[in-house]
Amino acid sequence: MNLSIGTRASALSAVILVVFLLAWHVATQGSTAGGPPMDPEYAKLMGLTATTGKSAMPGPLDVGAKLLEHLSRPFYDNGPNDKGIGIQLGWSIARVAAGYGLAALVAIPLGFVIGMSPLLSRAFDPFIQILKPVSPLAWMPLALYTIKDSGASAIFVIFICSVWPMLVNTAFGVASVRKEWLNVARTLEVGPWRRAFTVILPAAAPTILTGMRISIGIAWLVIVAAEMLVGGTGIGYFVWNEWNNLSITNVITAILVIGMVGMLLDRMLAVAARAVTFPE
Amino acid sequence: MSEKFISFEGIARRYPAPNGGTTTIFEDLWLGVPKGEFVCVIGHSGCGKTTLLNILAGLDAPSEGVVLVDGREIAGPSLDRAVIFQGHALLPWRTVLGNVAYAVSSRHPKKSKAEVEAHAKRFIKLVGLEGSEHKRPAELSGGMKQRVGIARALSIEPKILLMDEPFSALDALTRGTLQDEVRRICRETGQTVFMITHDVDEAIYLADRVVLMTNGPGAMVAETVVNPLPVDRERTDLHKHPAYYPLRNHLIEFLVTRSRTFRDHVPADRDPRRPPLVRPEIPVPAAAPAAGGTAPQAETLRNIA
Ligand SMILES: Nc1ncnc2c1ncn2[C@@H]1O[C@H](COP(=O)(O)OP(=O)(O)O)[C@@H](O)[C@H]1O
Ligand SMILES: [Mg+2]
Repeated sequence: MNLSIGTRASALSAVILVVFLLAWHVATQGSTAGGPPMDPEYAKLMGLTATTGKSAMPGPLDVGAKLLEHLSRPFYDNGPNDKGIGIQLGWSIARVAAGYGLAALVAIPLGFVIGMSPLLSRAFDPFIQILKPVSPLAWMPLALYTIKDSGASAIFVIFICSVWPMLVNTAFGVASVRKEWLNVARTLEVGPWRRAFTVILPAAAPTILTGMRISIGIAWLVIVAAEMLVGGTGIGYFVWNEWNNLSITNVITAILVIGMVGMLLDRMLAVAARAVTFPE
Repeated sequence: MSEKFISFEGIARRYPAPNGGTTTIFEDLWLGVPKGEFVCVIGHSGCGKTTLLNILAGLDAPSEGVVLVDGREIAGPSLDRAVIFQGHALLPWRTVLGNVAYAVSSRHPKKSKAEVEAHAKRFIKLVGLEGSEHKRPAELSGGMKQRVGIARALSIEPKILLMDEPFSALDALTRGTLQDEVRRICRETGQTVFMITHDVDEAIYLADRVVLMTNGPGAMVAETVVNPLPVDRERTDLHKHPAYYPLRNHLIEFLVTRSRTFRDHVPADRDPRRPPLVRPEIPVPAAAPAAGGTAPQAETLRNIA
């Protein structure tokens, strides 16, 4: 066999997928007959599914059917608790875009200034070090109290979690621009603004993009949790709502969709990073 | 022809030492370079050659003293003094044309994009890189990268060209070709050049004068050697000239011993403001041994300062 590693990896991925789906299918086929008798309270809570002998856990076929159903009608809107998954994703993406965009607008210029000045770099360092490790959700009560709007609070939480990696990476990228390149600009008597845009920015761009890629990953992790808290709309709220509806099928479908969107966002920034990276 | 187009006047460079004191790389250093001359500085690694060049470039400032160019004290880098860096220092996100055009547009901010590119292309052609304009540095060999560096420096048509061991990272063959081209271009334009090298043959081929720097810390300019070889010399038959071995031996002897011992035998009448100008004597043909023979060294030198 002389297949390339890529082909072999794909084949192996397919095998793992099939084995996983089969195991899942078999595991959810079994009845509850052999199991310990169910607590009647719990049975009441779980409703029909728990008592009909079929596992409450959906199988891969149920989830596949649900996924197809959602994808065929992504944008329906039957009131606050019944919206298409496309609409919910749209809300989440819009919030992430707003919070993340604001963070980029603040973090990149600020990081640039911090990176250029050893003084500012040291002055800002303690604040960054203390605020960076704080879970963004810890800001939520403060945001709700001060902003008094749940949607804007979610955006603020996305902002606060996206800002740190971009800020730190921009400052680092700007501070570590090769001395030689700066000297080229100096010997050519290039002014500070032209130098910032023609030497420092392109030199720091790969590091800045790395920060942006880390940020988008974190933002997409955090939006689900934030929307569970603030409710109303968004994919996080969808997951929470479907849990309350006891629709595990919908929850699993949502997990798959969240994963795929996250991967897509990451790919987009990876492509952007490659576009600004030039080997020497 | 001004005798001192470039003039280092009593410059010193000191760094804080780890023990709390200061390390003096050199001090009270005086050196003049006439207009249109090709000057090479040789000396051992760490003696302060790069420091000297960076001060002339304006990238570093002397702790004491001043440097005059054309009678005026320098203050920082200038488009009049182009630098060819040791590690080419090309901007990797720009193409060959982009790198040279960046310099041209810095020199001529009012030129249109088309004018800038035409100007840049002229210098890309001059260094033999026609056809590679749209390549990025990563696609070029070491020699080609250095050619771009040379084109970039020449494109701003500087009064002085500064080169810090520009060919040291190249293989011998490439180095030879680039030396030929730099020499051709500089002779054609009468360029004043201040170059650092630790390659004696490079200095003999390229330089009109060779400045000898002793080991640091506290390096000194021991002397300036006038190259006695004819200006129309060829790199490949340098060794056929009767003055070649005396000159070469003198330089080697300096690097091997005098660079180290000079400080212990400083001539009593040494005036740091006027480092001696030395011209190795061309031996009379009868006395000259065949190529490769041991030429007399210090005795063949006549101090003409
Ligand atoms: N920033 C610095 N701080 C302290 N010492 C330095 C610094 N830069 C250079 N030196 C010292 O100055 C001396 C001369 O360096 P350099 O000019 O690079 O030598 P060369 O080019 O002749 O090899 C070296 O001994 C080096 O260690
Ligand atoms: Mg050096």
